[in-house]
Amino acid sequence: MLEIISMRVNGKDVELAIDPRESLLDTLRRRLGLTSVKKGCEVGECGACTVLVEGEAIDSCIYLTVWAKGKSILTVEGLKSPTGELSPIQQAFIDEAAVQCGFCIPGIIMSAVEIVGAGRRYERDELRKLLSGHLCRCTGYEKIIDAVEKAVEAKLASQRAG
Amino acid sequence: MGSIGQRKKRVDAYGKVTGEAKYTADLEPVNILHAKVVHSTIANGLVKSMDIDEAAKVPGVVKIVTCFDVPENYFPTAGHPWSVEPPHQDICDRLLLARRVHYYGDDIAAVIAEDEVAAARAARLIKVEYEEYEPIVTVPAALSEGATPLHPEVRKDNVIVHSHMTMGPKGFTYEDGLREAEEKYGRENIIVFEGDYNTPRISHCHIELPVSWAYVDTNGKVTVITSTQIPHIVRKSVAVALGLPMGKVRVIKPYIGGGFGNKQDVLYEPLNAYLSMQVGGRPVRLEISREETIVSTRTRHAIRGECKAVMTKDGTMLARELTAWANNGAYASHGHAICANCGTVFKDLYRDRLGTEVDCWTVYTSSPTAGAMRGYGIPQSAFITECLTDDLAELCGMDPCDFRIKNCMEDQFVDPGNGITFHSYGLIDSIKKGREFIGWDKKRALYKNQTGSVRRGIGMAIFCYKTGVHPISLETASARMVLNPDGSAQIFMGATEIGQGADTVFTQIAADVTGIAYDRLFIESTQDTDTSPFDTGAYASRQTYVSGMALKKCGKQLKERILGYAAYMLNTADTDIAKTEHAEKIREAKERIAKLCGLKEGDEIRPEMLELSESIICLILPKEKKGDAAGDRTDTTGKADAEGQEAAVDRTSGIGQADGATQTDTAGKADAAGQEAATVGAVGIDVNDVDYEVCGSENIDSQGLVKLFDSAIVAETAFYSLDRSEHITAEVTNQCKKNTFSSGCCFAEVEVDMKLGLVKILNMVDVHDSGRLINPAISEGQVHGGMSQSIGYALSEELLVDEKTGRVLNDNLLDFKIPTAMDTPDMDALFVELEDPTGPFGNKALGEPPAVPGAPALRNAVLNATGVHMDEIPMTSQKLIAKFKEAGLI
Repeated sequence: MLEIISMRVNGKDVELAIDPRESLLDTLRRRLGLTSVKKGCEVGECGACTVLVEGEAIDSCIYLTVWAKGKSILTVEGLKSPTGELSPIQQAFIDEAAVQCGFCIPGIIMSAVEIVGAGRRYERDELRKLLSGHLCRCTGYEKIIDAVEKAVEAKLASQRAG
Repeated sequence: MGSIGQRKKRVDAYGKVTGEAKYTADLEPVNILHAKVVHSTIANGLVKSMDIDEAAKVPGVVKIVTCFDVPENYFPTAGHPWSVEPPHQDICDRLLLARRVHYYGDDIAAVIAEDEVAAARAARLIKVEYEEYEPIVTVPAALSEGATPLHPEVRKDNVIVHSHMTMGPKGFTYEDGLREAEEKYGRENIIVFEGDYNTPRISHCHIELPVSWAYVDTNGKVTVITSTQIPHIVRKSVAVALGLPMGKVRVIKPYIGGGFGNKQDVLYEPLNAYLSMQVGGRPVRLEISREETIVSTRTRHAIRGECKAVMTKDGTMLARELTAWANNGAYASHGHAICANCGTVFKDLYRDRLGTEVDCWTVYTSSPTAGAMRGYGIPQSAFITECLTDDLAELCGMDPCDFRIKNCMEDQFVDPGNGITFHSYGLIDSIKKGREFIGWDKKRALYKNQTGSVRRGIGMAIFCYKTGVHPISLETASARMVLNPDGSAQIFMGATEIGQGADTVFTQIAADVTGIAYDRLFIESTQDTDTSPFDTGAYASRQTYVSGMALKKCGKQLKERILGYAAYMLNTADTDIAKTEHAEKIREAKERIAKLCGLKEGDEIRPEMLELSESIICLILPKEKKGDAAGDRTDTTGKADAEGQEAAVDRTSGIGQADGATQTDTAGKADAAGQEAATVGAVGIDVNDVDYEVCGSENIDSQGLVKLFDSAIVAETAFYSLDRSEHITAEVTNQCKKNTFSSGCCFAEVEVDMKLGLVKILNMVDVHDSGRLINPAISEGQVHGGMSQSIGYALSEELLVDEKTGRVLNDNLLDFKIPTAMDTPDMDALFVELEDPTGPFGNKALGEPPAVPGAPALRNAVLNATGVHMDEIPMTSQKLIAKFKEAGLI
């Protein structure tokens, strides 16, 4: 039996019929076509499926869609500005050459949104800890940390300016 | 031009940070069926029967296929180019589904259902009756007297291949070397040593699972969309497995989420294609779970290296022997090539003055199949070789760097077995650079005579690495370019982007060679065997070297055709072109050329007089003063052009683009170099010769070329001209019959907490001798990633197989531990950039080498810190503590 639920996804209210057993990962990918949300393990080990639920980064593969009822979900598809400009975080990943195969990147960017949103500076080792729920086999994390660091700095600079 | 050597942003980065880049699973149609593989629960035996009745009753099940249904077509899976010589063909030892079970997790049936839950549920309900044999999990068991041959159809015993290689006099044996050493140097002046070193079986752990989906298209072609490094080879294996002509098989490779060699093997594509054909060609998806990936795809070989060595007391290596044992698991895959490769580096890396003997054994066992993984036997080889080297240095009391410099392979080394040559040699410079960077000498002195349970140490290791696979296998690649009516162009490669940055590097190459502006070039990232040029794919560290050369040749042809059409336009400015929109511009350009070159009425403007730079058609000024006789000019222009082709290679790193769109971190530097190139006159022009009155200073570009008009005018006219319509394309095949060694080293500084059995990495630097870098930012990323993999290899990764049952004990990412961000320190990536004469841009292997030297460097750092020889990786806490206890340190 399908169940009708509503939630807010990337700023838009949606109402959908879902299987109560299905993961948020499957709902986002299959029913809403949000394929930035990647599946790498399906048991919360790799972090590729990370999205924000009410601003908090979670593994969508081990989060039932029914739990998201009435909540606000953000994926990478929701980060660009209405006119199509990249968010400063996305731009930082490009500028710092942090992207290789790119499969883990949407998930890491979503954690970065949470980190940058905190509006404070972190030591590199703190960033490592905050990102340790994401596995990346390509980059050795070096340039990913660079990118997140840069995005944090940009945010702090804009806060000072604003 | 001049985008080679620049830190260009990746062409695929935008798609990947926005989630718009489509990977295999992102492209599935909504009505797709779901397949699930049923795996054996024994490691060795026969499937006697299967009861599928209960499973078939599960609502949503469409079809169940068992090992009793599949065709008897044995097929190979190794991602090698097919050999037309039967003795060199890959071993065909696999069927789509196995009746004869070879490992715990073998594929014995598959369920196709309307949804994943139904497929998984039905798969669990299939009852299997086995005839069970004793699992033969280890190499000694497989080679023991009377052991059952696991693949009698291809091998009479369990040895897949045995390779014997020597250096030194013909027929050299280590025993000969030992005898000669004693005779020549005296027993009191030599040191004899024996040591065994062990490397683990590990999993690649690309984050994207192996996933594919297949359907039969309206032409009756079975089409597989798959996450692979080798689409053209997959096509061949699918055809063999299904008994289809190759033209009936189509393979499409979209963006892929990492491969590291696992996807340099044909995995489930043949089965997926077969499954679709069993349901009338409907689309069927086959996604392999993480657990299945770890058990049932491929692994890196566990190799045991038994070493012997004799050297003089002053540290001159005299003779060494390696006997390497590789556990290849259930199926041959790449196995026959990998252990032998391990042996080649052992013998090539050092100069044994008397000789070297190597024996490599690759053995079938009832355990998960080993195949290609980044480094292809060389991470194992480097661990074995470089542990031995440090142990020898310790025995003769030499500094490990000095010992290596004294004994390592030399410039212009040629492997006597295959002719592969060290064409550009940066090995010793790499050692020196790393030594200085990390402060080796100071720290080696500092870390002497430590006490206490927390100690620091510093270690290093070196390596060499073959760039491509010639002459062991065929090296062939094609590239195609197609000009658009606006002067931009598409690049089509058979070579695959797998995250390493190939598409960006190819775009830089195309920009450099054609003169089309970087931002007017678009590379098609997807390979489709029906429409892409042929290439064997992403493996070895070959693509920039082999496929890059194909693109270099292709780009040159494309440019020649553009300039040919431009010359036609200039020569027909008053006739064919006169009626066209651009007539005035072309006439002006023609007049300027006539003035600058002293052309007379009726003199032809030849394509060789023109150049394409930043998408602008330019005039190459003849070197001598204008007004010279046309005849003389012909000769010199010709010569200048020939030099220009040479120079096109030489000037690649120097010339920067100063415009905003392409400015990068290094723009300042690159621009300065560009200025220099302009005065030097890469195409044989002295800027002092330029007649600014005629040209207008704004029309002189950074290379001293006279800008004429945008190439968009040429492209548009070529397409739509009523007099001469021409579609400008180029396609070139490059068969590469060269191969060259890369080399380099890793230095690592660690702090060992002996009571906790923990190794903390304080500093780690790789120095790579990989020729000229096409894109330093991407190169650094490659190095960081490889270093991180080597950290996992050294400290935490090991796939555990129960010796009794053959079952994998840690088939998930919690229990199989790859490094997280917290396990990976800040790393440094340095380079010794020497021009390799065989690379298209002076480049040679970089893709795999970073995964090679890290593990032995870390082991040697632990040795330096504690005096304990960790001869088996990974150096887990358990193993470290046991060894520290044994040594009485804790």
